[in-house]
Amino acid sequence: MIFRHLRDLGVLGINSRNADLISAYNRRALYPLVDDKLRTKQLARDHGVPVPDLYGSLSAIRDIQEFPRAIERHQQFVVKPATGSGGDGILVFDGHQDDRFRLCTGVLLSWDDLAHHLANTLNGQYSLGGHPDRVMIEYRVQFDPIFDEVSYLGVPDIRVIVFRGFPVMAMARLPTRASHGKANLHQGAVGVGIDIANGRTLRGVLNNDVVDEHPDTGATLSGLQVPGWRKILLMAARCHELTGLGYLGVDIVLDVNKGPLMLELNARPGLNIQIANREGIMGRIRAVQAVADTSHSPEQRIDFSATEFSLTKRAATA
Amino acid sequence: MRCTGGPHVTLSSRRRQLYVLSAALAVTGLSVATYRAVELGFPITPGATSSLWTVEARIQFERFTPGPAKAMLAVPSDPLGFSVLSENFISRGYGVSVSDEDGDRIALWAIRRTEGEQSLYYRLRVFRQADRSLAVPAPPFPPVPELEEPFASAMDAIIEDVRRRSADVETFTATLLQTIASASPDDNVRLFIGDESDPFAAARAARTLLAGARVPARILQVLPLPDEARRVEMQPWIAVHNGKKWLFFNPMTGVKELPKSLLIWRWNGDPLVRVSGGVRESIEFRVSPSVQDALSLAQQQAASHGSRLAQFSLLDLPLQTQQVYAVVSLIPIGALIIVLMRNLVGIRTFGTFLPVLVALAFRETRLIAGILLFSSLVAVGLALRLYLEKLHLLLVPRLAAVLTMVVLLMAALSVLSHRLGLETGLSVALFPMVILTMTIERMSVVWEERGPRDAVIDGLGSLLVAAIAYGVMDMAILQHVAFVFPETLLVVLAVILMLGSYTGYRLSELRRFRALGGHGP
Repeated sequence: MIFRHLRDLGVLGINSRNADLISAYNRRALYPLVDDKLRTKQLARDHGVPVPDLYGSLSAIRDIQEFPRAIERHQQFVVKPATGSGGDGILVFDGHQDDRFRLCTGVLLSWDDLAHHLANTLNGQYSLGGHPDRVMIEYRVQFDPIFDEVSYLGVPDIRVIVFRGFPVMAMARLPTRASHGKANLHQGAVGVGIDIANGRTLRGVLNNDVVDEHPDTGATLSGLQVPGWRKILLMAARCHELTGLGYLGVDIVLDVNKGPLMLELNARPGLNIQIANREGIMGRIRAVQAVADTSHSPEQRIDFSATEFSLTKRAATA
Repeated sequence: MRCTGGPHVTLSSRRRQLYVLSAALAVTGLSVATYRAVELGFPITPGATSSLWTVEARIQFERFTPGPAKAMLAVPSDPLGFSVLSENFISRGYGVSVSDEDGDRIALWAIRRTEGEQSLYYRLRVFRQADRSLAVPAPPFPPVPELEEPFASAMDAIIEDVRRRSADVETFTATLLQTIASASPDDNVRLFIGDESDPFAAARAARTLLAGARVPARILQVLPLPDEARRVEMQPWIAVHNGKKWLFFNPMTGVKELPKSLLIWRWNGDPLVRVSGGVRESIEFRVSPSVQDALSLAQQQAASHGSRLAQFSLLDLPLQTQQVYAVVSLIPIGALIIVLMRNLVGIRTFGTFLPVLVALAFRETRLIAGILLFSSLVAVGLALRLYLEKLHLLLVPRLAAVLTMVVLLMAALSVLSHRLGLETGLSVALFPMVILTMTIERMSVVWEERGPRDAVIDGLGSLLVAAIAYGVMDMAILQHVAFVFPETLLVVLAVILMLGSYTGYRLSELRRFRALGGHGP
């Protein structure tokens, strides 16, 4: 069988993810909680999971005129479709003055350009299935310098896969010039696996090739210590209670002042995290299956993950 | 909020349900299809033809004075090797009834008052059906006929002679018939058949002699079915039973045969027509063959069977609707291809079923022209769409604008290619334009968000899948089977359901995860 190699490695394929994990553990009725980032944000605030501040939201074309008031006290802000996916439709602003808006890339937008973008977003250009959408205007994260050396512009973030409340795998997604500041591995971002036990980065993967340095900055990828790692794991684990989803991707950014902030949740997290960690995820999923039926507090769960999925411990026993 | 637990139905019971459901669907589909193919004769391959014969029997008689008249005609029932498609009784003013009498089917025309020359018609349409089992039961052994001298001694002599030169019922019959039919019969034989050249007289003599040897025999009346339309005569044929089965002999030659072109009209040698209330009755047969599409034949036959399954055939729909369903019934097959390509191979496409619709359009344009037309439409549409982006239009008006442009482009292409004498350009109108519009829109979004490379890859993926779907849907045999046996789509459904539970890897994942184990294909 040609797939034996993948199976032996415990690689999760997309068919299996859809059937055995998503449709088995993620009730469809819960999807809107994560597909609509405004709802996710509200839930997170209710549960005390830190998120970027919301400056305002637009629900209809006529709300566009409210936009200037939402940002009048903020030079920097982010505009996002509430139901977008893959980072599509997100604009990050560095500053604005007299109807001129400067993107973080340096490009200047006129109010007309921006209003058009907002109208398109409200009309559902970025939403799944083209449904009318909402726009959220929120705090622009001041990135923790930890990833400065290994990112090219854009938004470096941390993705944690949480299975039945247990963090099972994590990676940092580092934008490159080729990815146009996007943190999507498929678009050319660098994926760097993270040791669940201690938050240390591993070697990176770029377009399916193992890399040791960031392609644009040349900085070494491995060995970086993600600050507040235990706090990140705890946040991620609690997102299970937040949504009720059994198989969940939690996206976290590191703010220099506010610490880790939960950016969004994903009910259908991708499989590239396995490439970044250069390990199939199924072994860890099965380990969680074995213990998940008894109840655990989020702290107990992250302790389990930290010991069970520790790379140093694994190296020692191997 | 409570966290939700695992799946509600256990994996194995869900699987079992799926297997049972799929098996039930497949078995249902296949058995209905088999029934319709074997029993109702729906052809399995396209373009099959069958020979069809129309046999017309004309009975004529006269009645000189006004009064009642009755005419009886023995008509075939379930002739061996043939299927009856239809039969008609045509007459002026006569009532017609059909009854069974001692295994014979008798048609009775009756009229209260008539006069003059009378013509009655019986019209039978039959076609050849390969295997039909014989329903005529084995007869008892006949008693030895008690004959007067010199016939009794002649019979004994003939039987004695033939028995010496034969081994069993088969060879005995053959030898006997040859003896009777020989050009210079001996005196004993001549005594039996006289000087008449009536073949029925020879056949009756043969039956008497066979009875003398206690061989069960029947005289059949058979009608040859020629290749061209002409008058034919009823002929005798001899059937003997050897204890196991019926054997058929040509009484003229003694050869054991039953040519396929012989229609057994009746299993005895009695006169075919009896008229009361008339004189000078005569009967003549005309046979005219015709070749007919096996499909319509099967349908007519099924209708005459009164089969309920036949009444629920797509072939019963008006012709135009049929043409629609000839195409529509291919869509599930295209959908199956999509499932295979996406879930087993892992090719990315725009829109789930867009490739199927494009493949349907390819059926009209043919493949190469279709790909060229599709690519050029999408390319021009995409360029216009990317320009429209600059005008800052709202989403729905922009989609409407692209749709309008697609329609104009298609019209322009048709006119242009018509001018150039390229007829394929005309069929561009068959492309699903709304789908095309959505493709252009999706592609332009991908183009802007993810770059041209992804847009082109997805576009090529869609085209590739469309080409494969076209290749499969263009197979004549599949088109035929899907349309004539739409129940086979249940099998397609079963396969799709089974594929729905495939949780193994996709081919594309071999490549995607190749960084994981260092080696691998």
